[in-house]
Amino acid sequence: MNIIVCIKQVPDTTTKVRVGKDGKHIDPGGVKFIVNTYDDFAVEEAIRLKERFGGEVTVISMGPERVKEALRMCLAMGADKAIQLWDPAFEDSDPYTTALILSKAIQQLPYDIIFCGKQAIDRDTMSVPVYLAELLGLPQATLVVKLEVDPNARKFIAYRDIEGAKEVIEGLLPAVISTQWKLNEPRYPTLPNIMKAKKKELKELNAAALGLDSAQVGEKGSRVKVLSMELPPPRSKGKILKGDPREVCRELVRLLREEAKVI
Amino acid sequence: MTFQLTEEQRMIQMTVREFARKEIEPIAGKWDRESLFPEETISKMAEMGLLGMMVPSEYGGAGLDTVSYSLAMQEIAYACASTSVIMGVNNLVCEPLLKFGTEAQKQKYLVPLAQGKFIGSFALTEPGAGSDAANQKTSALLKDNFYILNGTKMFITSGSHAKVFITTAVTDKAARHHGISAFIVEKGMPGFSIGKIEDKMGLRASDTTELIFENCRVPSENLLGKEGEGFKIMMAALDGGRIGIASQSVGIAQACLDAATRYAKKREAFGQPIAEFQGIRWMIADMATEIEAARLLTLQAALLKDRGLPFTKEASMAKLFASEMVNRVAYKALQIHGGYGYLKDFPVERYYRDARVTTIYEGTSEIQRNVIAKLVLSTED
Ligand SMILES: Cc1cc2nc3c(=O)[nH]c(=O)nc-3n(C[C@H](O)[C@H](O)[C@H](O)COP(=O)(O)OP(=O)(O)OC[C@H]3O[C@@H](n4cnc5c(N)ncnc54)[C@H](O)[C@@H]3O)c2cc1C
Repeated sequence: MNIIVCIKQVPDTTTKVRVGKDGKHIDPGGVKFIVNTYDDFAVEEAIRLKERFGGEVTVISMGPERVKEALRMCLAMGADKAIQLWDPAFEDSDPYTTALILSKAIQQLPYDIIFCGKQAIDRDTMSVPVYLAELLGLPQATLVVKLEVDPNARKFIAYRDIEGAKEVIEGLLPAVISTQWKLNEPRYPTLPNIMKAKKKELKELNAAALGLDSAQVGEKGSRVKVLSMELPPPRSKGKILKGDPREVCRELVRLLREEAKVI
Repeated sequence: MTFQLTEEQRMIQMTVREFARKEIEPIAGKWDRESLFPEETISKMAEMGLLGMMVPSEYGGAGLDTVSYSLAMQEIAYACASTSVIMGVNNLVCEPLLKFGTEAQKQKYLVPLAQGKFIGSFALTEPGAGSDAANQKTSALLKDNFYILNGTKMFITSGSHAKVFITTAVTDKAARHHGISAFIVEKGMPGFSIGKIEDKMGLRASDTTELIFENCRVPSENLLGKEGEGFKIMMAALDGGRIGIASQSVGIAQACLDAATRYAKKREAFGQPIAEFQGIRWMIADMATEIEAARLLTLQAALLKDRGLPFTKEASMAKLFASEMVNRVAYKALQIHGGYGYLKDFPVERYYRDARVTTIYEGTSEIQRNVIAKLVLSTED
């Protein structure tokens, strides 16, 4: 099977994020970047399919120089090849243009199945996998918690947790699958595989190589623009009510109603 | 000098950090309280290649350098010092087998040890011979293709879980330390048993035991190196081992610092977080500075070893400084926690107990100073 995984490099959840000077981006200074948590499930599922049915896993990421480190981590987990998509023109791409760029790269490759994490833990838009499937004209299953693939019949069965129920859907391959917690338990790269990752192919493709012109991508091609970004206000201090329990209760109800406006 | 890690070394550091913080840190407190040997975690670590890090891949190891080993030890120790000593000793046991073992010994013992199929112990210390290891009494007598071992070893890490024990015994009493030989003893050999399991102040998830040899029959092909080479073999292993303990100390110290800074920012006194008081800030500054110094000394010793240069003095310096440092740092981290630091509710109480042993095993601070002084004084001016 030819398996493709789209991954994103995102700030580590333990990093303290600051808004940059322009008020539209996070300040990358001092931020530790990791492979998006949900993408780990995608990479793991891809490697398991390869281990079972044979084939090749290619990981793709759009992003600047630093994403090479994320791609190498996926190679260390067991992916075979990596492609970094970058061009200064890609800066500030929205989910649609990101999916467009990914789709151009994928169209140059043979593929039977494409995995994405269900969302990136930085912007949380959950939309790249959906756009991607549409742009490639492929069936899709999102938020998948269990997957069965039959490469000979070219079919898949995907299990999804939906509000209060389980949904099982069947579709044809090739397809785009977005991965959710519970799908699997991503492996840690072994130390020897970390060393081997350096020797695996990591290709770079720019806008021209993908046949994209700069008006289609980046901020220009985007349909959604970030106007401003700010941190949530710091949580205000809690209040402690003291005194006679009856009085305290009455005061609590009043505050919940009038100040917190929750009842 | 700036210390620049390679891309692979950074990836190893990141991977082991993630593993340690997710798989070890959340349960390390329980292991400590209940003295549970982290069996399952050790097999996960074996799969990752952490138990034979510097053994070449043809012998089942990860084929990595000492710098990577130090980084990995720091990360494991950050989460659990007990787990790191088990890992450290297993890596330590691999080294003499790799350097002095015959091909048959390597296939039989080194490969499964490096793969972590079973774990190993390093048995040098005796009840009456610790720092003065040359004064050991365990004897080995060659008789009909078997060495007959008699004596007791003391303080042996992983004793009740290991399958293979690199053990020293006296083959020629008159020759003092040139009369000590090293043997590969297997669990289950006739006349070999595990004695008392020690009840320790710290490292409670790692077992420390007595080993008892009563006419224990060890096949002569299990002699490691030549007769009389035992002391040299063990001391060479300990040079590398000291880099391991220095790394362990740095890891525990970093955990202390992180716990202390987290606490200092939250805890309030006199109307402000205690992190605002200069007295606390200066403690934090000193801790961070000392950790950085110890880390650099440790990586420097590791780098020398990787380049094939003499590193005995630097390994001793790193071990001395880092182990004394982690005790100062743990003291301050506990102080910053106030009364809460004295409770088992906070991990700093465990760090404080675990840190204590680092100035004792693999050569006490006094012995490190002896090593360093001897090497400093013997250089020509
Ligand atoms: C938890 C734990 C795990 C261990 N694991 C192992 C293991 O796996 N394998 C193993 O072989 N051993 C192991 N040891 C043993 C350890 O290496 C010894 O405890 C250590 O070498 C010190 O020996 P000792 O306890 O006999 O102290 P002693 O040698 O009796 O020392 C007592 C004191 O005298 C000082 N002293 C001794 N000689 C001198 C000198 N020349 N100058 C100045 N001061 C001196 C020492 O520094 C110390 O302060 C372990 C110990 C512990 C506590």
